[in-house]
Amino acid sequence: MQCQICNKNNATIHLTEIADGVRTEMHICEHCAAEQDIAVKSHIPINELLSSLLAVQPTDDELSGDSEQKLACPNCGFTLAQFRKEGVLGCPYDYEFFEKSLLPLIEKAHNGKTTHCGKLPSKASKNTKNEIEILNLRQQLQAAVKSEDYELAAKLRDKINKIEK
Amino acid sequence: MKLTDISNDINEWFNGSGPLADIVISSRIRLARNIAGHKFLSHCSNTEKSEILKKLRDVLMPLDLGDKIFYISVDKAPTLSRHFLVERHLISRHHAFGKGPRGVVIARKEFFTAMINEEDHLRLQVLKAGCQLSQCFEQINNIDNMIEQKVDFAFSPRYGYLTACPTNLGTGVRVSVMLHLPALKMTGQIDKFFNAARDMSLAVRGLFGEGTEAASDLYQISNQVTLGISELDIISQFENTIIPEIVEYENAARNQLLSKQTDILDDKISRAMALLQNAHLISSQEALFLLSHLRLGINMHKYMGASTPAIEKLYTLCGTPKDTDKTGRLSIATINRLFMLTLPAHLQLNYGKSLDSTHRDALRAKIIRSALNQDTQQKS
Repeated sequence: MQCQICNKNNATIHLTEIADGVRTEMHICEHCAAEQDIAVKSHIPINELLSSLLAVQPTDDELSGDSEQKLACPNCGFTLAQFRKEGVLGCPYDYEFFEKSLLPLIEKAHNGKTTHCGKLPSKASKNTKNEIEILNLRQQLQAAVKSEDYELAAKLRDKINKIEK
Repeated sequence: MKLTDISNDINEWFNGSGPLADIVISSRIRLARNIAGHKFLSHCSNTEKSEILKKLRDVLMPLDLGDKIFYISVDKAPTLSRHFLVERHLISRHHAFGKGPRGVVIARKEFFTAMINEEDHLRLQVLKAGCQLSQCFEQINNIDNMIEQKVDFAFSPRYGYLTACPTNLGTGVRVSVMLHLPALKMTGQIDKFFNAARDMSLAVRGLFGEGTEAASDLYQISNQVTLGISELDIISQFENTIIPEIVEYENAARNQLLSKQTDILDDKISRAMALLQNAHLISSQEALFLLSHLRLGINMHKYMGASTPAIEKLYTLCGTPKDTDKTGRLSIATINRLFMLTLPAHLQLNYGKSLDSTHRDALRAKIIRSALNQDTQQKS
């Protein structure tokens, strides 16, 4: 398949975007992808996706992933079947309760990102702020390990340990 | 405060001023928030919705925004009023025609509105004329901080502000910019804009938001990613990359019209003038379509010094008395006034009763004719 932008190189990057129910596909080459911020971003998450998925799955993910489909949130009674129908969740706790099923969706909707970085509530406790910092540091740590930058990884690990104490 | 107090004038952010005003009509930032300890609205009973409504109303109404604020019970408002609020971009269609107890808090000058019980418990928005996203954010962030002193929002360290739909998760920020792109359309290059928007992961919407058509060559672009990127980074992408790129495309198309396709440009402007000056029945859709061409002519003169036969003639027209400046000539403010005040709900609210479509078309044509022809009458 040829790149849709330059019409020269082979398309090696395939993007699917679903906005407002409309599905659009794009097939481009690495060179054109490098020129477009979005393509570069959507190209990284394949690794990011795997590692962050692994990071949040504590045990028996296959089993619980399946069982989530049948569960109802103890707080609001919401089920994933309802989500498929309405596109909205039942209560804030659903993000935690159905995390395994929702995470891939969240990742898709936000260009592979799964961690908040932005405003914190002014009343957020020190714990919350630390928690966010640790989450961000862990992501950096994963990247450092992947790129075999063990010196940086060690530094990041020490930082995390320091905050966690 | 009655809606008729604002319905006979345009709102401040639609007065044609602000940075890059020849192409960027307005900037808007919206924040989605939910109160901690409550379910999302799809799972709330009407009693719980009323509780949320009261809680937020009590927090919002005493806020010091430097302007008077008023409240409207959307679920109890007449249909015409709801249409009116949508036409003025003060509430969404979803909010206007949703279910259950809900309302909106509006600043008198219409730069701020807070929809309560839309898709999320609270949707704040700030609007400004032209390209002013940073200013919008500064203001909305201050308002958000004031509200956060009084109420706890659902927030998770990992996912940020928790929203009913995962697509708003994180910052809950939706940045929208309304753009006027008539030259790209006229020169058959509007796909350039759609492709650029797609490449930059933007959603493109029509004049009145989700699911509406692009009337009057006006398009709204907005971010889709709200998680894993800070509010300031989203805004700087718009200000430094997205808006300059699209503005450049439109400007190139305007230059192309001026240098190589004057006939097309003059034909569109002259036809628009002739129809608007003479029609006795005109639909809202047609009026919006034609006013877009007058807007283009005026802006090309004002910002590019364009002077073609049609543009010169356009400039002999007078504006509505309210807008006449020193020169008394047709201004963008006149175009905007005709644009907004002839929308169906505006027409009817100002007329004082509901009208069928033929009567609306007649009234609309009359208002436009008298605004554009008065100078000619005075001269003759």
